[in-house]
Amino acid sequence: MNMVRFLIRRVITGIVVLWVVATGTFFLFFTAIPESAVARNLAGRSASPSVLAETTRYYGLDRPIPVQYWHFLVNLVHGNLGQSFYTQEPVTTIIKQDLPPTVSLVIGAVLLWLIVGLAVGILSATRARSLFDRLATLGVLAGISAPTFVVGELLIITVFVQLNKHGINFIQTGFSPLSQGFVSWLGTLILPWVTLAVVQAAVYTRLSRGSLLDTLGEDYIRTARSKGLSERRVLYRHAVRAAMTPVVSQLGIDIGGLLGGVLVVEQVFSLHGLGYQVVTAISQGDQPVVIGFVIIAAFFVVVANLLVDMSYAALDPRVRIS
Amino acid sequence: MSITEVQFQATSIEDAPAVAIQGRSQWQLTWRRLRNDKVAIASIVVILLMIAFALAAPLIAAAVGHPVDQAYTLKGENSFGNPVGPGTNGFLLGTDYIGRDLLVRIAYGARISLFVGIVTTALATIAGVTLGLVAGYFGGVVDAVLARVFDAALAFPFIVLALALASVFHPSLAIVIGVITFFSWAGISRIVRGQTLSLKEKEYIEAARSLGAGPWRIMFLDILPNVLGPVLVLATLYIPTAVVFEATLSFLGIGIPEPAPSWGNILGEAQSFYAVAWWYVVFPAAALLITTLAFNLLGDGVRDAMDPRTERLFAGVKSERSKKNKRKIGKGIGPDLAQAVLVGEPNVDQSGSATGEEG
Amino acid sequence: MSDQLISQASSASDASADADGDTLVRVENLVKHFPVRGGGLISRTVGQVQAVDGISLTIKRGQTLGLVGETGCGKSTLARCIAGLIPITSGKVIFDGRDITNLSRRAMQPVRREIQMIFQDPYGALNPRRRVGSIIGEPFAIHGTATGAERKREVQELMERVGLNPEHFNRFPAEFSGGQRQRIGVARALALRPKLIICDEPVSALDVSIQAQVLNLLSDLQRDFGLSYLFIAHDLEVVRHVSDAVTVMYLGKVAESGPGDQVYEHTRHPYSAALLSAAPAADPDAAAARQRIILTGDVPSPINPPSGCRFHPRCPKAQELCGTTEPALESKAGDPSTHLTACHFPVEAGENLAAAGRKDQQ
Repeated sequence: MNMVRFLIRRVITGIVVLWVVATGTFFLFFTAIPESAVARNLAGRSASPSVLAETTRYYGLDRPIPVQYWHFLVNLVHGNLGQSFYTQEPVTTIIKQDLPPTVSLVIGAVLLWLIVGLAVGILSATRARSLFDRLATLGVLAGISAPTFVVGELLIITVFVQLNKHGINFIQTGFSPLSQGFVSWLGTLILPWVTLAVVQAAVYTRLSRGSLLDTLGEDYIRTARSKGLSERRVLYRHAVRAAMTPVVSQLGIDIGGLLGGVLVVEQVFSLHGLGYQVVTAISQGDQPVVIGFVIIAAFFVVVANLLVDMSYAALDPRVRIS
Repeated sequence: MSITEVQFQATSIEDAPAVAIQGRSQWQLTWRRLRNDKVAIASIVVILLMIAFALAAPLIAAAVGHPVDQAYTLKGENSFGNPVGPGTNGFLLGTDYIGRDLLVRIAYGARISLFVGIVTTALATIAGVTLGLVAGYFGGVVDAVLARVFDAALAFPFIVLALALASVFHPSLAIVIGVITFFSWAGISRIVRGQTLSLKEKEYIEAARSLGAGPWRIMFLDILPNVLGPVLVLATLYIPTAVVFEATLSFLGIGIPEPAPSWGNILGEAQSFYAVAWWYVVFPAAALLITTLAFNLLGDGVRDAMDPRTERLFAGVKSERSKKNKRKIGKGIGPDLAQAVLVGEPNVDQSGSATGEEG
Repeated sequence: MSDQLISQASSASDASADADGDTLVRVENLVKHFPVRGGGLISRTVGQVQAVDGISLTIKRGQTLGLVGETGCGKSTLARCIAGLIPITSGKVIFDGRDITNLSRRAMQPVRREIQMIFQDPYGALNPRRRVGSIIGEPFAIHGTATGAERKREVQELMERVGLNPEHFNRFPAEFSGGQRQRIGVARALALRPKLIICDEPVSALDVSIQAQVLNLLSDLQRDFGLSYLFIAHDLEVVRHVSDAVTVMYLGKVAESGPGDQVYEHTRHPYSAALLSAAPAADPDAAAARQRIILTGDVPSPINPPSGCRFHPRCPKAQELCGTTEPALESKAGDPSTHLTACHFPVEAGENLAAAGRKDQQ
């Protein structure tokens, strides 16, 4: 019962947030600059006067602001995000096309960094001060200091270029859809996954190690041990579960950062996903695509936060009651 | 020693004037500990060198005779129109895609990166500390609202905001500084708020109120000095985050606009040339990595100097920095490890979010 | 309405003395309740902690009023109400003829120069990051009464006055002992020459040998500066030593109040009697001969105080009336009008409560 109420509250908050973001987006793109500039932004830098006029009419830019705002919201709810001036395609189509690479990237990377981060963190904590732990600590240091795109570029220079030189073509840049074969799909995604995951894995290693060490020092763990439970059981049934809460909350915070990572990695590896699309759109001045991306990004963040909140509540019952 | 000597000593001690002894403040103690930390000192040296490098950019340009924006299409590009490597034709680190001297560009890039990193962190610290103090001290509605704002700001994907702003207003230094400052302050505010909430209950705060001290006086003269420690650590660790964020934005084309050089810019250009010009990627990347690493190590060192009980996660006390990263992890693990992890450590995710976890 | 209040006040204070000229502080029916917030979606107030529930007292100029009671009886809360640190639910505080109840911070500012506090914890009352000179000099800074070299001089004079070495004014509190830190607190309180200093258990955290030093210091200062003290403590012997008048508190109400020797020699309230019997005596023979009054029952909670007389569940003399009607605070037969007791069946001269207590338990 509590869980349902909790969920409802979170969903409502999510909707409110989305609305706030949509409003903010509208104000930024449509009212922060003069109307003519808006038209130019939406129609592209090299638009002729007739195209400008058409754009103005299409978006209703000559109407009063509240009317524009209303149309904007209505369109949004109906899934109409306008049209890319560059390709004349509806933005929603473009987004649908670009989803597969991004989704593959994100899910793979998150899984990778969670698994690696938690595994290394837990092992480090249980073997504190061992050689393994110290090596892991070094790895953490390296990982934390490196910007994502630098890691990506370095990986390309070393792994990709060197492998190609020796005739191994497994790793490729660009994206090969799953439908065209698992191996080639994997080949295009391994380096991007590693790149995205490196920094995050470092953070999560440190976090889970610290959290687990902290939990292992607690009295109730000592009690469990003295009850005669095997070390493995103590660890996995009690300690790890309790130690996971900061990890989950960190995950919630990292969702925002994930977007940036996606943008960067898709650029570096020429993965034609959403991130790549929006960066291109900005350099081309294709604003409708940018607006679409902002809305989608907000939607993703809200949904992801909801999922994280739910798992947090599942782990820690106190959250549901507050 | 003969008896007379001992007596002489006794007399002189009694007669010694009462000297106004200066107590050692927290800062003096911290500095002393820091001085003994070789890794931290090395980091400071590296940072100072980098700053010197940045400041000396015009001198470097004059020394090699290549202005920063000058494109040398003849001697700076090879027959395929690609950049030339280090050491050719007087280009110490090679050239970029239109034949500009890479060394000079990296030096000027250092200016931008360090400037952005330090200025944004300074602004964010001032704003963050003030808001954190206000939220923590005044409590009630003010705190309820502000705490929510901090949380929202922390989870906010700032890169999206940067994208949107760049799209509407076209990329500029102002946007970069604005966005980075805007995303850095919330982590600091959260920590400061937490500390203020607990310090508020101390008796000396009550004493100050009973003396007639107003809220602002109490916040800045009584609470702030007790909070500065974690804030300093946090600020030191936020600088590299800011530097990297700027580099990322520039890399994507939504940061510092061309033709101004920024390490991120250069790496963005280098993207198409990595197969033929390894120096184009390696040198700016090295500059970036060295700077970030130095600040991270320094932040870690400062935190340890402030509170020696927490474990040094990054290195032992008596270690030496070496290229091969051989380090001795000196200290043992203390129960405060989680504290070390959780107190004021920003999430150094370079793509755009920074968090200060509550300690 | 105000006539009623004045007559109430008069009956509670010394009728023969000139109330206004001699009285520095008059507290009338002070009530302080803290709301207890319950759970639920919106936190509601589900109860009140009745920390102070209708206390009236007076402090005369140049005199010390001792306030005793067990932990949780509300004495610290009362002190903070008088000092204006927490808002008062109802009642009045009249200081030097002025009503200072719930004044705004701005209006209270000049009053702060006249009412100061000394705190219990010598380790918590001083900001560890500030130098001692800055701590003692802060009152001057806040009220703008002295700057620069003059302030330094004043601070050093104060340090000397309380028995500290003025050369140490650049040191940090951590470099001083507990007793010395209390002296720093005293110096700070003394800076603006206040009229009233509220001492909230100032010696409870100190070693016994140091206690005497600090108490002597306080008494010297009282003599030299004409200070009035509100001295809060739970150690009766200490209070006896320093106070001119004593008020005994129980669970937010006054049990007994009056001149020191009256309350100690002619104790009327069973609770005061129990407290006195529990105080350790220095002479082992006297200690062995003394019969302790043992109170039965649980310590009640201030959220849900007992009906009628609040002490009745633990009182060895309690009878049915005590459970239904709250006793008025008045002077009992044979006592001077300054000695007030809130009890239906006050202790008579020569009565042995210890025996009465034990009889009840059989």
